[in-house]
Amino acid sequence: MSRRIGPRAPALVVVPAAIAFSLIVAPLAGLALAVPWRRLPDLLGAPIVVEALRLSLVTSLSAALICLVIGVPLAWLLARVPFPGRTLVRAVVTLPMVLPPVVGGAALLFAFGRRGVFGEPLADATGFVLPFSIWAVILANVFVALPFLIVTVEGALVSADERVEHAAASLGATPMRVITRVTLPSIGPSLRAGLLLAWARALGEFGATVTFAGNLQGRTQTLPLAVFVALESDRDAALVISLVLVVISLVLLVALRGRWWGAR
Amino acid sequence: MPGHLLRVGAASVVFAQLVACGSTPATDRATELTVFAASSLTDAFDEMADAFESEHPGVAVRVNLAGSATLREQVLGGAPADLIVLADATAMAPLRSDGAIEGTEVVIATNDLVLAVPSSNPGGVEALSDLADPDLLVGVCAADVPCGRLADAAFAAAGVAASLDTREPNVRAVRTKLLDAELDAGLVYRTDLHDVGDRLLGIELPVAVATSYPLARLVDGPADDAVAADFAAFVLGSDGQAILAAHGFGRP
Repeated sequence: MSRRIGPRAPALVVVPAAIAFSLIVAPLAGLALAVPWRRLPDLLGAPIVVEALRLSLVTSLSAALICLVIGVPLAWLLARVPFPGRTLVRAVVTLPMVLPPVVGGAALLFAFGRRGVFGEPLADATGFVLPFSIWAVILANVFVALPFLIVTVEGALVSADERVEHAAASLGATPMRVITRVTLPSIGPSLRAGLLLAWARALGEFGATVTFAGNLQGRTQTLPLAVFVALESDRDAALVISLVLVVISLVLLVALRGRWWGAR
Repeated sequence: MPGHLLRVGAASVVFAQLVACGSTPATDRATELTVFAASSLTDAFDEMADAFESEHPGVAVRVNLAGSATLREQVLGGAPADLIVLADATAMAPLRSDGAIEGTEVVIATNDLVLAVPSSNPGGVEALSDLADPDLLVGVCAADVPCGRLADAAFAAAGVAASLDTREPNVRAVRTKLLDAELDAGLVYRTDLHDVGDRLLGIELPVAVATSYPLARLVDGPADDAVAADFAAFVLGSDGQAILAAHGFGRP
């Protein structure tokens, strides 16, 4: 919190604001109270938890890095190069944010499944089948997380001061050199924010993953899938996995906020 | 439409409870009967509800369909239901020990697992033992839902170490991936083959594994006991049994 003295908050604002905050905190408090704290060390070491945590970290981090490598160029194109249909491309790019993830999973299956439009030629040519593999988990994660990175970075590029780029170009810098030496360093905080947002979204991904990649402990069963499966049998394990997800996500989001505060 | 059938999930059940606190009863004073049924009964119980309503004017049957474990948790959490039908006798035990069940439960139908393959049979599967081949894409239900427990029992009984590629959250997800030929083989209920025509081939298991569907009346059911008893009798009677048989279920 800043130390600046603000206006006195009217009750009409404080009451709904408190309700809004409690609506988010109450379920988390319920979770924290239900967690079997005494069994926590045991359950944290259970294979279902350990394998899901490892798989979740590997796939969500890989997905976030892939989003960075392919998302930043797309964000730059959308922000800097006027081309026909740019508005449509912008809308399409954000589509995975609003689609139910299970629809995304089904769409991925129709495209990259063994009988999919692109999956079938791939399987025929190379014998490589994407679904039910760790690659399918990563692809599903990229699909849902990519818009978060692109929207964040594109927003930063649009509001960045282009005059510095023009100056660098007029001094003889090649377009690529302008991007790597001027543009990207100037939006550093937003790159980090986009990366963290994409990572957080990938970490929580459930619907597209279970539909496209299936669910097998140690191979495709990430933390959200493990919660879903464990809820049917070992509720304590489900609570512990949920707690792990909440803690990781909270750390990520606090780191993200820190960046935003630092940048502004 | 005869009456109204609602498929509601856990969230909407909770919502309905919240709304029910402050709302007035339905204006037409229709008796409303709420039946919780395992998702493998989806088509059969939609039809069951319609048939019962046309025989009992003034009664509206609401069917809430979900996995057996989910339904059980909803009832234990206080969801208002008059009757519950689960896909597995063992799933009923926690309800019994909680004192949620009125009287004794009765078995209304049986079902068993079959090995299903897409009709093109891309993996050339002929028997359960073929599922040990790691090159085949094989899917069954998750270990903790009834169809997954049965699948594990089937592999154990036949002595097959299956090379699984996915354990789907419910049996309909296994069937969908078989229909799309994304899987080479999977274990589903016999009734799941019933309404997909010749798009899937069923192969009998070497050792049959069957499940039964117990129906129980719930202590806290909001509807009149007589109506709940009528519905239970209807399901067990010739009309109800004919509907279940038409969807491929076995007799109790």
